[in-house]
Amino acid sequence: MVRYFLFLLVLITILIVSIAGLRDYSFLPHKTKRPPIEIFPDMVRQAKVKAQSPSDFYADGRGARSHVDGTVPVGYSAPESSAQASEGVATMGSPYNVVIFSGKQDYADTGKVGTNWGNGLPFNATMATLERGRERYQIQCAVCHGATGGGNGIATKYGLVGVASFNQQRIREMNDGEIYNTIVNGKNSMLGYGSVIQVPDRWAIVAYIRALQRSQNATINDVPATERTALTGTNASASTIAPAKQ
Amino acid sequence: MSNFFPKWANWLPLQLLVCGLVIGAPITLGIWYYFTPKYTRVGYQPDQPVPFSHSLHVKQLGMDCRYCHSFVEVAGHSNLPATQTCINCHGQGRILPNSPRLAAVRDSWETGQPIPWVQIHRLPDYAYFNHAVHVNRGVSCYSCHGAVNEMSVVYEAESLSMKWCLDCHRAPENFLRPPSEIFNMNWHPASSSEQRELGTKFKEEWKINPPVSCGGCHH
Ligand code: HEC
Ligand code: HEC
Ligand code: HEC
Ligand code: HEC
Ligand code: HEC
Ligand code: HEC
Repeated sequence: MVRYFLFLLVLITILIVSIAGLRDYSFLPHKTKRPPIEIFPDMVRQAKVKAQSPSDFYADGRGARSHVDGTVPVGYSAPESSAQASEGVATMGSPYNVVIFSGKQDYADTGKVGTNWGNGLPFNATMATLERGRERYQIQCAVCHGATGGGNGIATKYGLVGVASFNQQRIREMNDGEIYNTIVNGKNSMLGYGSVIQVPDRWAIVAYIRALQRSQNATINDVPATERTALTGTNASASTIAPAKQ
Repeated sequence: MSNFFPKWANWLPLQLLVCGLVIGAPITLGIWYYFTPKYTRVGYQPDQPVPFSHSLHVKQLGMDCRYCHSFVEVAGHSNLPATQTCINCHGQGRILPNSPRLAAVRDSWETGQPIPWVQIHRLPDYAYFNHAVHVNRGVSCYSCHGAVNEMSVVYEAESLSMKWCLDCHRAPENFLRPPSEIFNMNWHPASSSEQRELGTKFKEEWKINPPVSCGGCHH
């Protein structure tokens, strides 16, 4: 009797473990499509709307609302205070604490001076600006435009066609404001990135694109005299460094 | 006085005790093992409306988390990408524009209704959590979400229980990373002693002091 009982116990244990799996997800992993059970959900799911959650309050069931005309979304600076944007710009390089977007109509927000594209950054670029620009460029642009801006990012290997190279004459001569506008609103087949890149970061990317263009079309004269010997040391006859092949 | 109980009854209490132990112990063990968030939550992998693969987009294409989860550094909530983010690449005339697996993405783009992604990681509403404070202070996505770059379908890799939060808050040096490696899912310290050494250095330099009192997370 005892023997049968123990046998049954071992059998049941094995059955449970093989059905339920182990907690470790490398060996006999437990994967389930069923949501975790919540036994007393009253405090766990309160009557509040969290970000990007559904809500019964609105007819379309969305907790996240799209922009209503005449209102200022949280994180955007109000249209009338123009001091704020330049303040945001001045704190560039330090860690961002607030999302800086803006609905204003000045050069820093539209890239336009009057009706023409302006040139130059709306704040002084430092090395930190370029570093920030590099980081943002690599996150947002490099998948399509490539690490050096040649228009040969990884997405082009999978069938994305017509990505512009920044090294073409037209874009090298383009005003900064127009590039800024392409980032915000897109151009032709490229969609805009204005909703995910903050105002100072857009300008930092423009600055970094300028640095890329410069680097891809550089001559030995762009290299500081102190560094030059290091570059020409192995091949003293080379007087110019050819632009890198794209 | 006659023998009221038969002789075998002398053993009955002991037999009952042994029986109780033999049956009770596995039940206790089972509950201890299976009824905690380490089991009930870890491995939760719901079906998503689009078979989106992090392993393809992150590992194979080398995309940064922030291309899609764009506000994770500046907001408490780590956003899921808007449909436009997918359309950047999957729109008409771009990559796989007619794939049936992307039908829900195209519908969403046309109607303006969001893609109904199923939320996987979900804290109770009485616990306060903020992504930006963690990500900007040397805690990587990897420490809390596991090797997302290897997942073709995302699942919950950690229990998100209160003990789990506190295990790190009491000893953050076991997890802190150089700021440049926060979004790098492939960065791993050579050994746990190297991790502790590095972590202790960062903890002191940055004055890391995560809350362990109740009010830090329940307010
Ligand atoms: C999803 C792929 C993709 C991403 C990501 C992307 N672009 Fe583009 N970009 C394109 C394509 C495609 C074109 C060509 C558009 C055309 O002329 O049809 C283009 C063109 C451009 C142009 C030239 C516009 C002109 O006047 O001809 C600029 C400048 C530019 N992109 C900047 C950027 C910047 C800055 C970023 C990062 C914030 C970025 N792009 C991210 C695909 C992309
Ligand atoms: C191409 C866009 C894209 C990129 C890049 C991306 N994600 Fe995601 N991520 C998504 C989408 C869409 C979802 C929702 C669908 C799903 O769960 O698969 C998601 C879901 C998640 C979830 C689960 C969310 C939940 O519901 O709990 C986590 C965690 C996550 N991503 C982490 C990461 C990390 C870490 C990286 C960087 C290594 C990353 N993602 C890169 C698009 C992206
Ligand atoms: C940088 C460009 C890019 C972005 C942005 C992007 N993808 Fe992709 N996606 C790709 C590439 C490249 C492939 C692989 C194509 C191939 O295998 O030929 C792919 C494949 C896929 C597939 C598999 C389709 C199939 O038929 O096998 C799905 C599903 C998918 N992506 C969903 C998404 C979703 C959802 C988003 C938005 C969160 C997204 N993608 C954003 C580039 C991108
Ligand atoms: C300290 C731990 C921790 C770190 C680090 C962390 N997360 Fe999370 N993540 C969480 C928790 C906890 C939740 C559930 C939040 C909730 O329910 O409010 C979550 C939720 C998410 C979600 C789903 C949000 C939703 O509501 O659908 C995404 C996407 C996500 N994380 C992405 C990321 C990315 C990308 C990173 C790295 C940049 C990251 N997380 C870093 C703990 C973390
Ligand atoms: C891998 C380590 C790690 C994990 C896991 C973790 N934290 Fe933290 N937490 C930190 C660090 C590091 C800080 C930053 C402390 C500082 O800035 O001094 C922090 C800070 C915080 C803060 C204080 C910042 C603020 O917003 O007030 C809260 C609240 C918090 N964590 C909640 C949580 C919750 C809730 C969980 C579990 C879901 C969790 N944490 C899991 C490492 C972690
Ligand atoms: C680091 C953040 C953090 C701190 C500090 C913290 N908690 Fe929690 N607590 C959580 C999280 C996250 C949960 C949700 C756990 C879950 O869903 O499994 C939770 C859950 C709880 C619950 C509900 C448990 C249940 O399963 O119903 C109680 C009660 C609680 N906490 C009490 C406290 C008390 C008392 C303290 C102070 C001694 C405290 N907490 C400190 C993060 C924290």
